[in-house]
Formats: sequence, C-alpha cells, structure tokens
Amino acid sequence: MGKLILQDIHKSYGKDEVLHGINIETGENQFLVLIGPSGCGKTTLLNIIAGLEQESGGDILLNDRRLNGLSPKDRDIAMVFQSYALYPSMTVRNNILFALENRKVPKAEREQILMDVARMLQIEHLLDRRPRQLSGGQQQRVAIGRAIARRPTLFLFDEPLSNLDAKLRVEMRSEIKRLHQQLQTSMVYVTHDQIEAMTMGDLIAVMNEGIIQQLGSPESIYNDPANRFVAGFMGSPSMNFLPVVPREETSGLCLRVAGAEGDGNLLPIPPKMQGALRSQLGRRITLGIRPEQITDPGSAREGEALHSIELDVELLEPTGPDTLVFTRLDGHSLVARVHPSTYLQIGSRCTLSFHMERAVFFDPENGSRLA
Amino acid sequence: MRRLPIYLLLTLAALFFLLPLYIMLVTSFKTMPEIYNQGILALPRQFDLYAWRHAWSGATIGASNQGIHPFFINSFELVIPAVIISTAIGAINGYILTHWRFRGANIIFYLLLLGTVFPFQIILLPMAWVQGKLHIAGTLIPGLVMVHIIYGLAFTTLFFRNYYVGIPHDLVRAARVDGAGFFRIFWRVMLPLSTPIIMVTAIWQFTMIWNNFLFGVVFTNSDQQPVTVAINDLVDTVTSVHMWNVDMAAALIAAIPTLVVYLLAGKYFVRGLTGGAVKG
Repeated sequence: MGKLILQDIHKSYGKDEVLHGINIETGENQFLVLIGPSGCGKTTLLNIIAGLEQESGGDILLNDRRLNGLSPKDRDIAMVFQSYALYPSMTVRNNILFALENRKVPKAEREQILMDVARMLQIEHLLDRRPRQLSGGQQQRVAIGRAIARRPTLFLFDEPLSNLDAKLRVEMRSEIKRLHQQLQTSMVYVTHDQIEAMTMGDLIAVMNEGIIQQLGSPESIYNDPANRFVAGFMGSPSMNFLPVVPREETSGLCLRVAGAEGDGNLLPIPPKMQGALRSQLGRRITLGIRPEQITDPGSAREGEALHSIELDVELLEPTGPDTLVFTRLDGHSLVARVHPSTYLQIGSRCTLSFHMERAVFFDPENGSRLA
Repeated sequence: MRRLPIYLLLTLAALFFLLPLYIMLVTSFKTMPEIYNQGILALPRQFDLYAWRHAWSGATIGASNQGIHPFFINSFELVIPAVIISTAIGAINGYILTHWRFRGANIIFYLLLLGTVFPFQIILLPMAWVQGKLHIAGTLIPGLVMVHIIYGLAFTTLFFRNYYVGIPHDLVRAARVDGAGFFRIFWRVMLPLSTPIIMVTAIWQFTMIWNNFLFGVVFTNSDQQPVTVAINDLVDTVTSVHMWNVDMAAALIAAIPTLVVYLLAGKYFVRGLTGGAVKG
C-alpha cells in the first residue's frame, strides 16, 4: 500500500536551482518512472524522496505521512542502487539480514523473511557467497532481495539495470514488473532508457532541466506529447521533425515543407487539426511524425486516410521485425519504418504513406504543442 | 648477461646499507679485548653473549643498573596505546571526512595535512605548556602517549581519508536506507574493508613512535623514558672504558620490535600502499 505525493519540490545548490517545483501525485501502488537526460534532476529528486538529500522547499507525503526532515531509515522505504551497493565484506545472507537486524526484527522472523525472499528471487544457492563472487545479474537480484526483505511502503530504484548487458536487462525488466504486481507496493524508478520507462511505468514523469515536461501514462506520453522535448526524447528512432508552413489550397488546409523548391510536396492537414492550425497560416511551424507513421501504403486501418508520396531510398536498416528507411522530403531527412517484406533497394524510389492523423505540431520557438 | 651491471649495482648498494648492521652484529658478540686487538670487520673468535646479557639487565643507565629492559618495557607501554588510539581516531576522522562531509570539511582536512609537515621541534614548547596545565608533565602514561597520539593524528587521518575516498559512497547511502547509523555503518560496513589501511597505519605509527627520541627525551622523567632515550644514556654513561659491545647489543635489542612488526605485517604495507580500495 502506498501513495506518494510530491508538492512543489525545489532544490538548490547555492545559487544553482536544479529542481524548479516538482509536483507529482501517484495513485495507490503505482509504478512511477522518472525519466530524462542526465542532469535533468531525476536522481536528485529520488534522493530527496529517500532522505539522502535535503529538499530546499516543498512537501513529500507518503500515505498522507509527511516525510520532510525524517532520516532515510524512518521513511519506510527501500532503495536499489545503480552500483547495487552490496556490502562487500558480508555474505549475501548478511546483506539481506542487515536491514532487519538494524530494525531489531526477531531472529526467527528474520530467517523466515530471508528464506521467502531467497525463494522469490531464486538466490537460495547464493546465500553464503560474497558479492564479488556473483555475476552482475546475481548481484542485481541480491540488491533487489535486500530491498524486498524490508517490506517497505515505497521502493526506490536508481537506474538499476544500466550496468547489465542487453539480454539480462530485458529479463530483469520483466522481473521487476512482475515483482511490482506480486508485492502490490508503490515504486519509483529512475531511468534514462525510454524503453524501460514505456514498458514498466504506470505513470511516467518526463523531466528536463529540473522541470517536469509531462506527467502521464505511457500511451499519452508517446502518442500525445506535451511538447517537442517529450516528443523527441521518447521513441527510438526518434520522431521526425520537419519545418512546414500551413497554407490554404483549393483542397483545404495543407502543409508545404519550408524551403522546398518549386511546387514541392503538399501534405494534407486532417480535419480535426484544421481549426488549431488555421491561426498559423503562412507561419513556419514544426511537424512531428514518428517513423512508424510513415510506412507501407497497404497498412492503413479502415477509415484512415493516408497520404502517399514517392521518395528516394538513401539508406536501409533492417532491424528484424521491421526495416528503417532513411529518405528525404524536400531536402529534409526522414526516417520511415516499413514491413521487412517490403522490397526496397538503396537508390531506388519507394512509395511511403503518411499517417497524418497521428502527426503532432509544435511551435518552433518554444517547443509547445500547437495541435 | 645484460643484467649483470644491474645486479652488481644492487649488490653494492645492499652491502653499503648492510655494512653498519654487520659491524653492530659482530661487535656485539665480541669481548672488549677482542674489539681493541682486531679489525672492525673481523668475525668474533667465539660468540660471546656477555654484552647482550649485560645490556639487557646489568648496564648502568642514569641512576639504575638494571640494563635497558625496564625502558624496553616502557616503550611497549607507550607504543601499544598510542598506536591503537591514534589509528582508531584516524579511522573515524577519515570516515567523517569522506562519507559524512560537512561544511568546511576540506579546510579541516588541509589544516590536518599541514600537521604532517610540522617538524617535531615546533610543538615542543606549546606541548610542554599544555602538559604542565594538565599536570601530566614528565609522565610516560598519559603524558608521552598523548604527545604521540596528537602528533600522529595528521598522518593517520591522511591515510584513512585517502583510503576511504575510494570506497563507493553508495555503500554508506545503502546502509543509511537500511537503517544503520553513523557508528554502525563504520563498524559493520567500513571497518571490515579496512584491513590493509589499518595495517599500513599501525606499522607506520609503531615505527615512528618506537624510534622517536626527541619527544621521549623532552617529555619524560628518567625512570619513565622509552628505550631510545635509554640507549643514549647508556652510551653517555661512561665509567672507565667504553663498552662498545654493550652499546651495540643494546641498540640491536631496541631495533628488534620494529623489524618483527615489519616482517609479520610488511606484505600488508606494500599491499595497502599500492592496492586500491575494494570495489562495490
């Protein structure tokens, strides 16, 4: 059981303000992901929740209990560190028991918890080893086990998977997610990996320069980004951004790529966005469209209007499940994502369809969302 | 064959350093007539243990004629508490300066560093004044012990700080989240990782304190003096003839403890100075 509320959290180092008023409210037992580029303040925020750093202002509430000023041990939290931070001189058993001993849990109960945790994480055979005798993945399990043994109200994870190799990372990702469902506890998870954020989070806070850029479900963050930063940060390969100018044509409101020579290509604006973009007529704005929204002509769902354009293939990157096509629209590079069975050759032409219904528009000056 | 000059040079250097030791050893086993009639480098005709026995328990030093053994014991009574206490405080200091940093921690550290470059002589007068005020002037315990603890703190703190800087801070943070406090983290997390640096510091302090002469001669009264001062008195107390063999034996006895410590713990010394801290 746990519900975390952060109210207007500020943090300054001297004159340097690194967190400018963070507000987050999670639902009961939610998995909150803090994501952003390095230096965005996400780890500082986690340390403030943990009590390892002192906030300069604002309130932290966990189940309506105010945590400000409490030392880490009185906050009913557990934390998993990027470096695992297992005590090198202690066996796995003692690493897990350490927190329980500190809390004066009776001996019989300690042993019971140890066995439960070891079974849950399948580390029973490692209990008498020391951390340096374990592989990275095993160390990670022990670090998680140490946190679980405490049965805290809130788990904090500080980029726990970034030291693991790619395969193990995917495994541990689903394991942590399974644990979250099993334990029914709130978790706060810091990462810079947007796939981790998308796959694990119930609630994602995208941070940049000490400000929350957007707080929402993975779907809303991905499909409905609040600004250009969020749109560009989430998704791999990144969203395509094109400078375009809306103009009135006989067929309705259309987009022309800025700086296009001659007639150039015209992209239609879907009816639902026409109202918002009418005020931008003749002005240069930014079109954002994800690679998977520029794809094979055959992929339209029923009732969806596609706009197809024939373009030059400059480079192909087959990733397996799909193929990335690098091309150019009126001089601006674009990445498209097509089905791997589509026959393409570098240097040839191909027809790509733009799902304009899914496109988003930003103000080129401040990056705010226009439509 | 190309290494020959290197070996030659090293052998020469070794001989150069070992020669005084050799002279001391052979002289200590000679009788006085032998010393006068033979060359200084000659081996003794028979190993005579008189000088060793006399130096240990019979020689006249100051007002006593019990040899150097009471002073040898004095030195142990001095060195054991002084090494333990200065190492312990150095460890706590190093732990605070690296993992419980406070405003001005760096200034404190640099001021402490200054302590490592002070010559002994500078602290003689102020320390004598302090000891007078505390009414412990002239005593071995606690007077001289205190002098060595205070003088040694700059070194022990420096050693531990430089070692603990290499221990990941996440360990302390994890222990804090796990509910451990300042001393519990020190005791359960830091100390078990500290064996190499404890050995280095203890050897360093043992050698410095055992071999120290100046503080002993300035701060202790005659029957409280450490062995280094006693040897000086022994050499100075000339009766009719100068007993070279007894002087040499006494000096060798005084050198044995530091040698033993180095032989027993020397490998830690090298390891502690070269090896980095433990990986998290």
